[in-house]
Amino acid sequence: MSKFYTEDHEYAFIDGDIATIGVSHHAQDQLGDVVFVELPEKGTTFEKGDEIAVVESVKAASEVYTAVAGEVIEVNSLLEDAPETVNAGAETVGWFIKIKMSNTADTEGLLDETAYQTHIAD
Amino acid sequence: MNKPTNKMNNVGRPSAPNITETHTDHPTFTGNKALQINEPLLFEVGSVEQTGVDIAAPRDVSANRLGGLDRDEEIGLYGLSEPQTMRHYVRLSQKNFAIDSGMYPLGSCTMKHNPRINEKIARLPGLADIHPLQPQQTVRGAIEVIENLADWLMKLTGMAAVAMSPKAGAHGELCGMMAIEAALRARGEATKRTKVLIPESAHGTNPATAVFVGYQVQTIKTRDDGTVDPATIREALSDEVAAIMLTNPNTCGLFERDIMEIADAVHEAGAYFYCDGANFNAIMGRARPGDLGVDAMHINLHKTFSTPHGGGGPGAGPVVLSEALAKFAPVPFVHRNADDNIVSLVEHKQGTQAFGRMTAFHGQMGMNTRALAYILSHGQDGIKQAAEDAVLNANYVKAKLKDVLTPSFEEQSPGFKRPAMHEALFQDDFLKDTGITTLDFAKAMIDEGFHPMTMYFPLVVHGAMLIEPTESESKDTLDQFIATMRDLAKSAQNGETERFLNAPFHAPMRRLDETLAARKPILKWTPNAD
Repeated sequence: MSKFYTEDHEYAFIDGDIATIGVSHHAQDQLGDVVFVELPEKGTTFEKGDEIAVVESVKAASEVYTAVAGEVIEVNSLLEDAPETVNAGAETVGWFIKIKMSNTADTEGLLDETAYQTHIAD
Repeated sequence: MNKPTNKMNNVGRPSAPNITETHTDHPTFTGNKALQINEPLLFEVGSVEQTGVDIAAPRDVSANRLGGLDRDEEIGLYGLSEPQTMRHYVRLSQKNFAIDSGMYPLGSCTMKHNPRINEKIARLPGLADIHPLQPQQTVRGAIEVIENLADWLMKLTGMAAVAMSPKAGAHGELCGMMAIEAALRARGEATKRTKVLIPESAHGTNPATAVFVGYQVQTIKTRDDGTVDPATIREALSDEVAAIMLTNPNTCGLFERDIMEIADAVHEAGAYFYCDGANFNAIMGRARPGDLGVDAMHINLHKTFSTPHGGGGPGAGPVVLSEALAKFAPVPFVHRNADDNIVSLVEHKQGTQAFGRMTAFHGQMGMNTRALAYILSHGQDGIKQAAEDAVLNANYVKAKLKDVLTPSFEEQSPGFKRPAMHEALFQDDFLKDTGITTLDFAKAMIDEGFHPMTMYFPLVVHGAMLIEPTESESKDTLDQFIATMRDLAKSAQNGETERFLNAPFHAPMRRLDETLAARKPILKWTPNAD
């Protein structure tokens, strides 16, 4: 699995042509306690950069965009009743959706883990 | 529920109540604390058998006209006797904090004193005891109040028209954006222009309004000094942009000094300029938005012109419109007949193409009356003075706190240390490594008898504290506030975390669990719910 991030703190973890999408650990830390996550329906298709979710915390509501294009094949149903899962493990149990990528080249231009860590250290 | 999280202190608000002990120093038998009465809810204290009013039984009604929809069981409303009712609501009101009870420096909300002359005028029977469906010839005076206020608002803003009916700031934004949409439709460009540019220092209602009208929002980054760069705007402009929504002075308490250049660029690109007028208090009588190139701006009467605010309203958000948008203003219009000089509210007017109607009637009459009373009692010079005093007060607070709190955008503009406008913005650097957050700091202010400032907004700075004292506060009050803030800051840096993490100690309720309230809200009272 290879890990990619956007400058806006979304991640896409790629395994073959399946991308797991969510928000980074740093993002959940900045948001504070997450109280609600709105996720798309399974089967929806998205272009790269489309809004896929809204995450609401005690502090702010933020849109989440997908770094890769494709069809949603799975959504994390845990988040519906337990949005705190995002705080518990943003990059593990708190993933948002899984996308079957329509273009594996979408990862070009995304940040790798080291580049992302440098980005948030600024 | 998560246990208290002292460690989550960067921006994340540790919102779980952090209480390790309860307030049991001197427990009382009743749970009351002298004048602080532990008042239960009406459902808990009243009963369906009690009432404070005598209503005569209806005369024999022979024909039932309810078509089978009449109630078939008791309504079950809880009641109390009149003296009990009085005490119930007085006690609840004593739990409230208001500008009438103390300093309320909530940034970007302009919590100013509501002069009692406003209330006296608003209670005149000819203005208070009238109904929107009364024949117009019986309410000419009230219509003239709307006309006079409209005239002042147009003159203070340098704009061609004003829609008086919107009922609050966000409703005014909606009205302004609908006027812009109508103008674009008239030009045949409504389907092409689908985007609205909104800087990140704008009020949160701006993007919500744009989306509500059907636009796509494009967020504009502010530059390092907290203002909007016209070059960034130019880059974002295209023939797909309908408008920009800019707040000026912005939510960092700074005047957008390139506003005219931004307005020119927006107009050159064929778009319109919506200005959020929530912070108009800082510039009223000093600068006219019309001269700055604004096409539409709402005015929060309940902020700028002192009508009661913070107790749940009502608000009023008239929208001033430029020459370009004037003819699209919503109905009704105040019309003064040239022949007999009689004013009336009309639905049609020569040369207008109203986009529609915002409210059933003419707007928030009680607020119109109070705002006009404020304006007339201050006069042109007094209004200017109020704006100047508001700015002076904010800068006094900023100057007296900048060595202990961390002012935002100071380092970025060392060339000319920019004064603030009506509000002073600080960030939480001074709390770094103390284990205390902006939220904890605000809770400790409650114990000291102050309403906290706006926290965590604007989002462009870390752990924001936005303080707007307004012109209402005397130097004595400001000095006490400043001394309190300095004492709290010192205490935080000395590691006296107890004062913050468990605060408030003295409020009627201790720290509430806002995370749990958002995640699992209880929206309906049920008996013995636990």
